[in-house]
Amino acid sequence: MRKILASLGTPRGLVVAVLLLAMALLPVIAQVLDQRYLLSVSTRIVIWSIAAAGLNIMLGYGGMVSFGHAVFWGIGGYAVGIFAHHGVHDGWLQWPVGIAAAMAWATLIGALSLRTRGVYFIMITLAFAQLVYYVAVGLEPYGADDGLNIAGRSQFSGLIDLRDRGQFYWLCFALMLATIWFCARLANSRFGLVVRGAKSNETRMAALGFPVFRYRLVAFAISGGFGGLSGLLLANHDAYISPAMMSWVKSGDLIVIVVLGGMGTVFGPLFGTIAFFVLEESLKPLMDMASKGTGEYWQIVFGPLLVLVALYARGGLDSLLGRGRARSRHRG
Amino acid sequence: MEYLILQTLNGIQLGLLMFLLAAGLTLTFGIMDLVNLAHGSLYMVGAYFAWTFIAWTDSFVLGALLALPAALALGVAVEMVVMRRLYARDHLDQVLATFGLILFFNELVRVVWGPAGKSVALPSFVAGTIDIMPGVPYPAYRFAIIVVGAVVALLLAWLVTRTRMGMLIRAGASNRRMVGALGVDIGLLFTLVFGLGAVFAALAGLMAAPILSIKIGMGDDILILAFVIIVIGGIGSVKGAFVAAMIVGQIDIFGRAYVPDLLKTFLSAAAASSAAPAISQVLIYVVMAAVLVWRPTGLFGQRS
Amino acid sequence: MAEALLRTHRLVKRFGGLIATDGVSIDVRDGELHALIGPNGAGKTTLIAQLSGQQRPDSGRVEFDGRDITALDMPARARRGLTRSFQITSVLPEFTALQNVALAVQAHAGHSFRFLANARRDRRLREPAFAGLELVGLGNRAQILASSLSHGERRQLEIAMALAGEPRLLLLDEPMAGMGPDESARMVDLLRSLKGQRGMLLVEHDMDAVFALADRISVLVYGRVIATGTAAEIRADPEVRQAYLGDDSGT
Ligand SMILES: Nc1ncnc2c1ncn2[C@@H]1O[C@H](COP(=O)(O)OP(=O)(O)OP(=O)(O)O)[C@@H](O)[C@H]1O
Ligand SMILES: [Mg+2]
Repeated sequence: MRKILASLGTPRGLVVAVLLLAMALLPVIAQVLDQRYLLSVSTRIVIWSIAAAGLNIMLGYGGMVSFGHAVFWGIGGYAVGIFAHHGVHDGWLQWPVGIAAAMAWATLIGALSLRTRGVYFIMITLAFAQLVYYVAVGLEPYGADDGLNIAGRSQFSGLIDLRDRGQFYWLCFALMLATIWFCARLANSRFGLVVRGAKSNETRMAALGFPVFRYRLVAFAISGGFGGLSGLLLANHDAYISPAMMSWVKSGDLIVIVVLGGMGTVFGPLFGTIAFFVLEESLKPLMDMASKGTGEYWQIVFGPLLVLVALYARGGLDSLLGRGRARSRHRG
Repeated sequence: MEYLILQTLNGIQLGLLMFLLAAGLTLTFGIMDLVNLAHGSLYMVGAYFAWTFIAWTDSFVLGALLALPAALALGVAVEMVVMRRLYARDHLDQVLATFGLILFFNELVRVVWGPAGKSVALPSFVAGTIDIMPGVPYPAYRFAIIVVGAVVALLLAWLVTRTRMGMLIRAGASNRRMVGALGVDIGLLFTLVFGLGAVFAALAGLMAAPILSIKIGMGDDILILAFVIIVIGGIGSVKGAFVAAMIVGQIDIFGRAYVPDLLKTFLSAAAASSAAPAISQVLIYVVMAAVLVWRPTGLFGQRS
Repeated sequence: MAEALLRTHRLVKRFGGLIATDGVSIDVRDGELHALIGPNGAGKTTLIAQLSGQQRPDSGRVEFDGRDITALDMPARARRGLTRSFQITSVLPEFTALQNVALAVQAHAGHSFRFLANARRDRRLREPAFAGLELVGLGNRAQILASSLSHGERRQLEIAMALAGEPRLLLLDEPMAGMGPDESARMVDLLRSLKGQRGMLLVEHDMDAVFALADRISVLVYGRVIATGTAAEIRADPEVRQAYLGDDSGT
């Protein structure tokens, strides 16, 4: 408790505290303002940031550019969708299966792709994601290209009603907090240090006696598991799944988010997701204000913005808050 | 038998198109160590350029001839404004920046040419069929693609193996610093190579235009296939890209041609024909995975 | 004399047409400091790489503690007590000196599939790591990022990391390279203090250090061991004098 109070004194602590408080109250705020859309966007932000936090384990801490992470959205989503299609709505079954399937697939492609390095790794993770994408496109019984409407949300023995937007949001929010907490612990655990050490100097880690491959594989599986969790939440939110949820552009979006927020930081994935959605939602009206009708073309501004981020702002948003705990802990 | 020959030709034709796209990509990878996701955008913009110039000149050939230098200019501009700042960066920066370029180009095309797709009519002199063997007709335009593709592939082979620029390219792929030390203007070499890659991509785009249609994002999915090709072939190897493109072309065509029949044995005809294209795509990725398990740096890649 | 801890049998390693290791058979005994000398390009680093598992020999065998370890990779050998330091400094630049060594301790402490407990505050890792830094004279630099250490300090860190795993055999590839005279002297003292506790294979160009420290010396020239023996035997060996010291006058 004292630690938490002390961290309020730092810019990062203060920003995070205010942000989380606002997010915790969001359903209430949305209700007062009568803004259903706000709640919907916020739910998406919370769900996406879980996947981003998962990718951050690979990309930020592990230094492995996995360019196929949206595939785990697809796997989690299809787990919910396929079960629902066959009349099985029990979340106790759907969710563990969805997460386990995502972790299993991550382990399988990890075992193949982690043998390669650099560009090959990027391309292979991308290609395996495409493979699943095309499998989904070919899944005629589950809507192929057009996807599938999900008749009912996941059910948890009546404990929680996911059709209620507020309840669903709070569940997602709680899961996001748990994810961030877990990732923060992971980053400073023995396991996390091995993964980070391997990013820093793989040969050295091997010479010390760490079988780097195994640790990376487990990191990949954990990372994929969070992707799967995020995917099954997404399917519940949209009540719809389709191959589009794992198109490679979505994988690109996730990378953008992690970099934008600050790689290898605890709250970077959350910052990045918020920034990503805020940019999208604000560029449109801003451009419309500048010249009517141009808002539709917001990506013409967003694209070059990414180029600038890549060239000049690799620290991400988190670095704006100073070299806080995330970094100084590194010296511990 | 005839069917087999025709499908093989289709596979070669597709393979050559893919090779044109992959050649530029593998060169920029090999020499500049650059992951350029926006290569597909050059393919797309090349097709749109061709559409504009063809409408303007009312001639396919003239339009195509104007589109190529336009693509060269675009490639050089992109290289000078963005790419050269990325060579020294790590792959993640390159992925991020060129992903941004994709978004930019897709949107730019929407602004300039509108959201609707465009189509280019087959040029009349290749609209019919020709007999490749007595009594075996083949669409003349597809045959023309094979001829042009083969000529360009030969040209590229000659360029890489026989010319001074090719020597520099090959040397550069294995040892960048040495080429710089030879007193070669490496910046200029990189710009030229990138521009050349843009021309090849645009050529692929404009040749594909009459068969596929011109639309926003047309470069995105085919880009991934081009990546698969250079990964199978071995990054930086033009020969590898060629071999892999041929393999991928054949898998794709034969997957589409024969998988439906196979599937029909246990699926309904409709389900079989809709699943087949997806399955032929899946096959390509399976082959890639198999190659990489066997050789993690591709068929013709350098061992580390 | 103690049993051989490490023994190689006719190791061969080729790079294209070049034979970097040409049928090398050597052995290191428990507790012994065995020095490996030879001119630049003789194949010393290549031999170390094969002993540590970083490179695979084209033929031949490596035995450690009586077992054939030729097929084991680098981490597996390290876990059995065979660790190395690098000729070209290899540390984790983004980690502090203390964390670098703490990771080495952690590697030795068993598997690291522990996901929640904070390892940075773990005294079982910190305390031995700190002791390791003290040992090489870096006790007051524990919290400095490895990338901010001087070259000599990073060499010392390199040794601390290799030692932290409490190896039974230490492969040291030119630990003194690039060190100042004071730092070198301290390193010589350190190595002397380690003698008898663990086997060491020391690659070094500094002949004074080698002759002062080594129990036995092997001379490697063009990938071949041309002589093995005590300092006195090596000094007197005519082949060594001729091939390595470039001395054919016999004086
Ligand atoms: N990966 C490699 N590929 C090709 N040749 C290599 C490779 N590694 C070493 N060599 C060559 O093998 C020979 C032995 O090199 P090695 O580094 O083992 O020598 P060394 O005795 O450690 O030299 P030094 O005293 O300079 O450190 C040299 O000719 C070197 O150029
Ligand atoms: Mg050496």
